[in-house]
Amino acid sequence: MTSEPVLTRAGDCNTLTGPWTLAALLPGLELLRRELDAAGKAGGGWDLSGVTRLDSAGAILLWRAWGGRLPADLVASDEQRHIFDRVAAVAGHEAPPPAPRVSPVAATGRYALRGLDQVHGLVALFGQLILDGAHLFRYRGEWPWREISANLYKSGAQALPVSALVGFLIGVTISYLSALQLKTFGADAFIVNILGISIIRELGPVLVAVLVAGRSGSAMTAQIGVMRVTEEIDALATMGISRTVRIIFPKVAALTLAMPLLVLWTSAVALVGGMLAALVQLDLAPAYFIDNLPRAVPVANLTIGLVKGMVFGFSIALIACHFGLNVRPNTESLSSHTTTSVVSAITTVIIIDALFAVFTRNLGLPQL
Amino acid sequence: MNVGQPAIALAGIWTRYRDVVIHKDLDLTVEAGQVVGLVGGSGSGKTTLLREMLGLLRPARGRVSLFGFDLAQRDPFGQRAVRRRLGMLFQHGALFSALSVYDNIAFPLRELKCLDADWIRHLVHLKLSMVELEPRHGRLMPAELSGGMVKRVALARALALEPELLLLDEPTAGLDPDRSENFVRLIQQLQRELGFTVVMVTHDLDTLAGLATEVAVLAEQRIVAKGPLPEVMAVDHPFIRNFFCCERGLAAMQKANT
Repeated sequence: MTSEPVLTRAGDCNTLTGPWTLAALLPGLELLRRELDAAGKAGGGWDLSGVTRLDSAGAILLWRAWGGRLPADLVASDEQRHIFDRVAAVAGHEAPPPAPRVSPVAATGRYALRGLDQVHGLVALFGQLILDGAHLFRYRGEWPWREISANLYKSGAQALPVSALVGFLIGVTISYLSALQLKTFGADAFIVNILGISIIRELGPVLVAVLVAGRSGSAMTAQIGVMRVTEEIDALATMGISRTVRIIFPKVAALTLAMPLLVLWTSAVALVGGMLAALVQLDLAPAYFIDNLPRAVPVANLTIGLVKGMVFGFSIALIACHFGLNVRPNTESLSSHTTTSVVSAITTVIIIDALFAVFTRNLGLPQL
Repeated sequence: MNVGQPAIALAGIWTRYRDVVIHKDLDLTVEAGQVVGLVGGSGSGKTTLLREMLGLLRPARGRVSLFGFDLAQRDPFGQRAVRRRLGMLFQHGALFSALSVYDNIAFPLRELKCLDADWIRHLVHLKLSMVELEPRHGRLMPAELSGGMVKRVALARALALEPELLLLDEPTAGLDPDRSENFVRLIQQLQRELGFTVVMVTHDLDTLAGLATEVAVLAEQRIVAKGPLPEVMAVDHPFIRNFFCCERGLAAMQKANT
């Protein structure tokens, strides 16, 4: 018994022997295909009685060599003929057509409409949260306290180390670079103003927002998305538990609360970093730094920073939950929604930050 | 090709999960062409045994060989070659959710990297027709399929590489009796035509009676009985008595015989 498919041509007759199965065909496929094509063109009789095994892959190979029909002079068993019947039955079926190409105009339109859809969904979710809030104020017993505290811990307390590290390094960097410039002007004392205003009002909130969007926003989208895929959210609904009150509301509430606290913490650590760098680079005593900070940075800046933190936290959680709820039950959708969630959250944070800058331009500037 | 080798040979298998011993010195041999039904209580380690046959899990001790190839060998090409000779039907289908039905079935064929597009198209449609699906179903995504269709597509994918060994994990779980009967008939018909070896894990007596030529009973961490269904039912063992429960087993056997 041979262990590989062999085609021998003697006179006008093609004799096949050995196993004609996918596994056996693969090693010598190219050569065999050329031989088959040549034999198919030459024509003649075909003898399959020496074939030990024939599977559909082998049958299709022969079928194509024969030009899509059984040769007139074929020696084959009934089972083999049965396999060829099956092959013949599906010969005309086309592959499913590839997705039709969309013109750039239509693609832009679709893209814009989809964006509008997202905005619509976000507004609807926002409205739902307000309704839930009103409901919870009427029925105090239904507050999801445990969920809120769990989310506070997960997205707030557990983010403390990483935000401190990032804040500290940014503080050191800004202080060091500014000190180099200020030294040349002999304006060393202004390091307090530069660090104070930039970190408390601008860098602290935005830095934390970017960190939290990447850290907690993606986690929220993925979690809600998987809960949708595994029908956990439907299970909640069948128990008469509102998905927004139990899942969305605690996340949004917790992040809105946690963000200003994280902003305060990160800004403080960043200022400490800046202070240390100023001590090393400019020989500026920490006592002087701390003494002058309130004078250089009016308290309105801190308020602006903390309010920004709240708004950022709210937006990140809302966007993350919205995209999570729209995940369709497949892996591709889960990954694309998580990406979109983080990207939209960061973009939204920066847009809101720009709006804040415009509308608070007269607030919190030191009177010189 | 290792002619005359058993399709699956398990020898002295020990499996431990933390402190719990699941299999204790278990032996099982499946000859080529057999249809073996593996039964056992919940948590008796049937699916674990199936995963060990696939090489997804390694037993703590013992030897798993497929077609005479020891799965513990570190020979990547041998491993790949032996895996191409088997197909697996997972309990929930395990279809690739990002790919359409057509692409799911075409995937293992494309991975061979030596078949042309036309050949693949032909093969995919052949597999679709084998599991009694129509070409238009090829465009659907797995999320759009009903439970029965998921099983059919998963079977078509498992058959894509013309396996000599087919492993089925609960092939009829989650199907209504009518569909499950159809599915059993489908597997039976394909098995007769293509002559592959089948190992299946099942709880369903109808499936077992309709499909299996041999039944292996997993209890007390080992195979307590193996043989044709009537022989196994005659064995006096508490689990077997409970599982086949006389009338239930007889009814299923009668149904299969008519």
